[in-house]
Amino acid sequence: MRLDQRLIADMIEPKTRVLDIGSGDGTLIGHLYRERGCDARGIELNMELVTRSVAHGLPVVHGDADHDLAYYPDHSFDYVVLQRTLQAVERPREVLRQMLRIGRYAIVSFPNFGHWQLRLRLLLGGCMPMTAVWHTPWYETPNIHPCTIRDFLELCRQDGYIVEKWLAVDEDGERAPWRRSIRLANLFGEQALFLLRRR
Amino acid sequence: MNSTTPLTVGEHPHASFPEGVELDCGVTLAPVDIAYCTYGQLSANKDNAILICHAFTGDQYVAETHPLTGKPGWWERMVGPGKPIDTNRFFVICSNVLGGCMGSTGPRSPRTDGQEAPGELWGTAFPPITIRDMVRAQHKLVRSLGIERLFAVVGGSMGGMQVLEWAVTYPQMMRAVMPIATAPFHSAQNIAFNEVGRQAIIADPDWRGGRYWEAGVVPARGLAVARMMAHITYLSEEVLTRKFGRRMRRGPVGGQGPEGPVSTFGDIFEVESYLRYQGSSFVRRFDANSYLSITRAMDWFDIAADHDGDLTPAFAGTAVRFCVVSFSSDWLFPTSAARTLARALNRAAANVSFVEIETDKGHDAFLLEEPDFDRTVRGFLCGVAEHAGLF
Repeated sequence: MRLDQRLIADMIEPKTRVLDIGSGDGTLIGHLYRERGCDARGIELNMELVTRSVAHGLPVVHGDADHDLAYYPDHSFDYVVLQRTLQAVERPREVLRQMLRIGRYAIVSFPNFGHWQLRLRLLLGGCMPMTAVWHTPWYETPNIHPCTIRDFLELCRQDGYIVEKWLAVDEDGERAPWRRSIRLANLFGEQALFLLRRR
Repeated sequence: MNSTTPLTVGEHPHASFPEGVELDCGVTLAPVDIAYCTYGQLSANKDNAILICHAFTGDQYVAETHPLTGKPGWWERMVGPGKPIDTNRFFVICSNVLGGCMGSTGPRSPRTDGQEAPGELWGTAFPPITIRDMVRAQHKLVRSLGIERLFAVVGGSMGGMQVLEWAVTYPQMMRAVMPIATAPFHSAQNIAFNEVGRQAIIADPDWRGGRYWEAGVVPARGLAVARMMAHITYLSEEVLTRKFGRRMRRGPVGGQGPEGPVSTFGDIFEVESYLRYQGSSFVRRFDANSYLSITRAMDWFDIAADHDGDLTPAFAGTAVRFCVVSFSSDWLFPTSAARTLARALNRAAANVSFVEIETDKGHDAFLLEEPDFDRTVRGFLCGVAEHAGLF
């Protein structure tokens, strides 16, 4: 399991209902089901990964964040998880709204566009920055809605979501040491991880 | 179509229910026989039984050589020791549907409504049946085997309709269901195909108003045409092209070589020859009036109909685990129908998996070699067993 998935798993209480949007090969839901006794389910777009998950006995449906969340009833899960995908969905604000309609808590991770390397490259090079995290050129990137940690916090404020926990992590998912300052986290955190709830 | 003599065999193993089955049409059909096969051992706790529901023209001989046709069981690939539905672990039951012609009560059974002439068969007087009626009869069979709760109900195509009907009618009776290559209602296009098949049978002079048995004949022409047409819908353009293309074969009429006189029906395409073979072998094992009864039952199938057209309330509060499977080139029961079902199940907060298997083999893919499908079936059933703490 990736380190950031372990951080996500640590945010989730045992024996709760979890929906993982973009569940990939089912690693996180498999862990939550087998180790935490959660009723963990997945949505995945890549059919090969869906088949692999179901063949491992995990409940996964073929679908995506933009088109399938509307079909889930209100309050049907305790946690709705979206890993490293918010920047790639068509309507991030609507996806967040759906997540907090379906779940009591939303757990969201995304790559931080405010990282110093990105800022520096844009400033000095004048071109769209390319880094280990942002590694596809602008004309073929699926990341159509990049945002910074501060942008994300502003959206949470506007839409009335309460940030229960947040973490900045580096690409490998190691916890970054800027827990107290959002400014520093926004400069030095490669990824951000948020636990949100409705007001 | 040289031989149209129906194949016959001694009695099929069956259970008898003298009290009969109350049908959706209001009639009580009695007595009722349900022919069935079982594989594997029922566990001491009676918690390892899987009911397999067969497709339209299938029957109970799921994993053994068919006593009439001598062909392997229709799902031997899937069911057996060490197979995805593993009979070393599971007790598998498969019954011939009500209205069928392989030993269960159907149009070819003796008429029993009090208006019968001596020796008369039901024929077209057989009461109209529904998919739910078939499921009611299966329910009786399962209970008569001493099983309170099934481990799973699994089936493809019309078998998948029965699976869905089980989940809606007896939601406490199983842990899991696998509706495969199916839909929550029969589409207008599918009703249209069924109607062409029925009209072909009815238009055959040998059908004789449904009383063909009196003259010792069967409407072989009409039944074969119905089968040929239906068989096309079970395939796909890609698979027809791959298997037959535009290749010709020497026709049965005359014997013209390449230099012989041109004849409209001399040489035929291989695909024609294949369909003719499918048609002629079918008429020997299937009853024309069963064809009419069962296609009608499929046409009426609509899970949402009892809930003002909304599918979700039909599954509200269900604790059953669902695994919906579709096949990418299936245009008879397309993935869009499976997705409608999966979304309705999500709305009902059901535990659902939904997989589309990539294949060019069309609707019939669920009966054929598809490794991803095998893995899905095996994995889903193992997951349910793990969740239930079995094995």
